[in-house]
Amino acid sequence: MILRARGLTKLYGDFLALDDVSLEVDAGEFVSIVGPNGAGKSTLINILTGVTRPSAGSVRVRDREVTGLPPASLARLGVARSFQLVQVFPDLTVLETLQAAVVARLGRGRRFFASLARDREVQEGALEVAELFGLGDERHVPARQLPQGDKKLLDVASAFALKPEIILLDEPTSGVSTADKTAIMDTLVAASKRVGLKAIVQVEHDMDIVFGYSDRIVALHQGKVLADAAPAAIRADQRVMDTVVGRKAGVSRAPAC
Amino acid sequence: MGAAVVILAVAAIAAAPLVVSTYHALLMLPFMAYAVVLLGLNLLFGYTGLVSFGHALFIGLGAYTGAFLTTHAKIRSLELILITAAALGALVAAPIAALCVRYVKIYFGMLTLAFGMVFYTFVLKFYRLTGGDEGMPFLRPSLLGLSLDAMPKIDYLVGPYYYYSLAVLALAALAMWRIVHSPFGLCLKTIRDNPTKAETLGIGVTRYRFYAFVISAVYAAVGGALLGPPTGNVDPTLAYWTHSGNIVFMTLLGGFTSFFGPVVGAFVFIYLQNWVMSVVPYWRLIFGAMLALIVIVAPEGLLGLVSRRRAVPAARA
Repeated sequence: MILRARGLTKLYGDFLALDDVSLEVDAGEFVSIVGPNGAGKSTLINILTGVTRPSAGSVRVRDREVTGLPPASLARLGVARSFQLVQVFPDLTVLETLQAAVVARLGRGRRFFASLARDREVQEGALEVAELFGLGDERHVPARQLPQGDKKLLDVASAFALKPEIILLDEPTSGVSTADKTAIMDTLVAASKRVGLKAIVQVEHDMDIVFGYSDRIVALHQGKVLADAAPAAIRADQRVMDTVVGRKAGVSRAPAC
Repeated sequence: MGAAVVILAVAAIAAAPLVVSTYHALLMLPFMAYAVVLLGLNLLFGYTGLVSFGHALFIGLGAYTGAFLTTHAKIRSLELILITAAALGALVAAPIAALCVRYVKIYFGMLTLAFGMVFYTFVLKFYRLTGGDEGMPFLRPSLLGLSLDAMPKIDYLVGPYYYYSLAVLALAALAMWRIVHSPFGLCLKTIRDNPTKAETLGIGVTRYRFYAFVISAVYAAVGGALLGPPTGNVDPTLAYWTHSGNIVFMTLLGGFTSFFGPVVGAFVFIYLQNWVMSVVPYWRLIFGAMLALIVIVAPEGLLGLVSRRRAVPAARA
């Protein structure tokens, strides 16, 4: 058991964004969280990564109680994340971004006078992740000049550079063309095997991606867990398919069965 | 290329007292003192993304430390003065930083301004300790254990004191160069660019802002102490908020996006102010217009203009 959330509840004023949500993630799992807009997916991810405090409930990483710890502490405990709206450091190059992650992982941020350029472990660690994500050729390009797909990759790559145990991806392929989506996911899955990542949790709207990569799918609806099952079981559950897929405006894909 | 320019600049500063008039050589003294202040301020401004409007507090603290030690404590050693100023700078900055770095943007700026004004009022009102609005004398410090009281004042200032200042500036620049090119420096840049993302990478944003603030205060205090001997007197205007504004202006003028931008800004500011004041009485009016022009036309300052012409990859957004 890597991650265990129990009874997570989040109130925004009178609005119940999450209602008694429990979730467990085991080593080796790729879990997708799905649900219509407003189902509470982002709230859940934000609580699991320490960005938001739950009104009630607890989060444990391995056997450690982490509820309410800030993102930086969670990152140090092996919980990394990427964002729905891509988050990069606009003026830092690809390599600098990854170096920052490696510096943070190695706990070297307080080396005030050491030379970053001569820190081989940081330099090589960053380069390794850049290559892993196919960003090697762009390593000296400032993040703001990268195409959208590569920004997305860099966001994810910097989370990987932390060598986390578990990574939570908030819509890793949003804002990316359909053709690039599979490429991003393939890169991501291949990279996760290389860095020894134990589990991936993602929020995703694209059901092809969800069904194509997940070991387990957790469907949320109105802040509650509607279903938590293997892809085949989810696909067979008409009620879930109607809620999660059918009502989604703009994605007029019929349930794929 | 960059290293060559720096070596040339240092050589030019070193040669200046032999080449230019005494009057102009004397102007180099506040330039070097401000350059030390600005190297520190820019760690906070350019590298961490926090604009302080209260750093005159630390300049004043450093200057008053020197004045107090030389007049009341009979300590004349400039080394001791600088070390004490640095230590006091860090000590006073720590609680202020701890509070201020919890805020960003205008809130951070206003809080630093408020602390600056508290200190200003303190030096103005505690007459016994500070001499109130008249200030207090900063007696001529000894350098490296040598008492130079017998020297004519001008010879002292454009001679030993000048080169002492240059040495302090060079050391301060070297240390700052290492800081901004260290793993710590990289963490600061991530915070400047995107604190949310930095936090998720495990970089404790408030902690690093705190360090940057304290380091910048130490630099300001050391630079402030260096400002004292040329005038031989310190007064509360050193700690007044317009003085904080001036150093932000210098930083913008030279360019906060490059390491040496603020140093260039200090140089241009000092000489321009001196020149404008000698031709028109309304120097603030002219400088105000200049500030507006810089922000609109050259937001990256003078060095930003130079580097853009060298077609270094695109300007900052």
